Amino acid sequence: MQALTNRSKVVSKKEMTFMERMYLPAIFGGMMITFSHFFRRKPTIKYPEQKREFSGIYRGQHVLKRDEKGAERCTACGLCAVACPAEAITMVSAERKPGEENLYREEKYAAKYEINMLRCIFCGDCEEACPKEAIFLTDRQVSVYGQRKSFIYGKDVLVESKDSPIDLAKRQTPSVKEFKLHKEFGHNQTYDKNKKVNAGGHH
Amino acid sequence: MAKVTIDGHSIEVADGTTILQAARMIGGDIVPPTMCYYSKLKTSGGYCRTCIVKVTKGSEKDPRPMPKPVASCRTTVMDGMEVVNITSPEVLEARRGVVEFLLINHPLDCPICDQAGECHLQDLGYEHGLAKTRYDFPRRTFNTIDIGPYIKMHMTRCIMCFRCVKTADQITDYRVHGMLNRGDASEISTYIQKAIDNDFSGNIIDVCPVGALTDRTFRFKSRVWFTKPMDAHRNCTKCSGKVALWLKGNDVLRVTGRKDKWGEVEEFICNECRFEKKDVKDWTIEGPRHIDRHSVISANHYESLAKLKLDIGKQQKALSTKK
Repeated sequence: MQALTNRSKVVSKKEMTFMERMYLPAIFGGMMITFSHFFRRKPTIKYPEQKREFSGIYRGQHVLKRDEKGAERCTACGLCAVACPAEAITMVSAERKPGEENLYREEKYAAKYEINMLRCIFCGDCEEACPKEAIFLTDRQVSVYGQRKSFIYGKDVLVESKDSPIDLAKRQTPSVKEFKLHKEFGHNQTYDKNKKVNAGGHH
Repeated sequence: MAKVTIDGHSIEVADGTTILQAARMIGGDIVPPTMCYYSKLKTSGGYCRTCIVKVTKGSEKDPRPMPKPVASCRTTVMDGMEVVNITSPEVLEARRGVVEFLLINHPLDCPICDQAGECHLQDLGYEHGLAKTRYDFPRRTFNTIDIGPYIKMHMTRCIMCFRCVKTADQITDYRVHGMLNRGDASEISTYIQKAIDNDFSGNIIDVCPVGALTDRTFRFKSRVWFTKPMDAHRNCTKCSGKVALWLKGNDVLRVTGRKDKWGEVEEFICNECRFEKKDVKDWTIEGPRHIDRHSVISANHYESLAKLKLDIGKQQKALSTKK
């Protein structure tokens, strides 16, 4: 019969030699490869006793930062939520009342701010979109829970505590630091009646 | 009839048409942006200077160019006039300067402002790339004022376009607010914070090109791009009842007039429709309102989703009738 393709191979049924019939040389050959791996450098580490070093800009669990005075920076502008490709962020805004100036930096704040960590893909677009330097990703990892609802992080988890602020110095790249030096870009500084915006120059 | 050429596009328009109206008839990118001109309000325009264009040829009879850029909303066309807008680097440079002036005292508190996402000054600032400021002095600031139970005024954000003053003059029976003081000290205010309680006073929110006049019933409720604009109507004795509803789920967060592509309302609506009918049952919903796809409002895909829901509904209906 004519073959359909030219890929068919003729199987040879050659008689095995004595060495091949013994099998042992082949077994020892295989074991040599296996044992040689014992003496190689191990790629695994003993987590959790040992921890791998994270990159300075590792994108892990989010934090909502407070400003120097301890007031929340987030104004619930919604840019993180609209930038989020996974649609993981939701928020409800509220108006700051007189006397709450030490709690919230601006006249509007996020009364509710939720990130669904199961939806989040840790792309960092929220951090990039934020005009108020409020949300950052950190080098912390998201914990493990038994229930789905535990992964919906509210403000109780996301907002940093006043006593132990989270250091983000590593995330401030040289270009960010350079940008902050330029006063002429300070167009959208915090609006404060008593504070002079871009003070300096002619007086 | 007069023949006018704007950026190489020619059009025959009636005598007395302004350059801006002629440009809008042509349409597209060559239409100058406007902050104070509002076609539905008489004598509006001529304050903000964002619509400036260059007239390179005055008319057929007198072909001399005009010496300085002119406000296109206030300059009428002449036969044979040639105008350049976006094809002239000079005009773009001049407009950049105008935007810079408009932004001198504007706080740029867009993350807080309810107008963000549908603000003309935001578009203008973005278009001209004005991330920097050269202004060194403290900006003038004001406290916010509640004008009546429905309207909040942020004088700090005002750019002095006079649209609200003209609306109150022409749409409502009487006007109780106006411009006080002069020059850099001028401000929009009511006499002793007198409440504006006219039936059509809410329209000053719609005509405001920035976030200086905002809806108190919508204050900080949601960013506009998280709401879905829907065309809707109801039987109203005071106005046409044709509005745009801004929904979140089934909640009516805001009611506004239907704005056309120039950001001007098609019909002015009354306060009852705008502020008091916040139940979806009060309205007959016609369908999703088309918003330009470049707008951030279209980012929530409400239009395609509404169509999808309609399709699914139809299919379900067809299935249930089959049984």
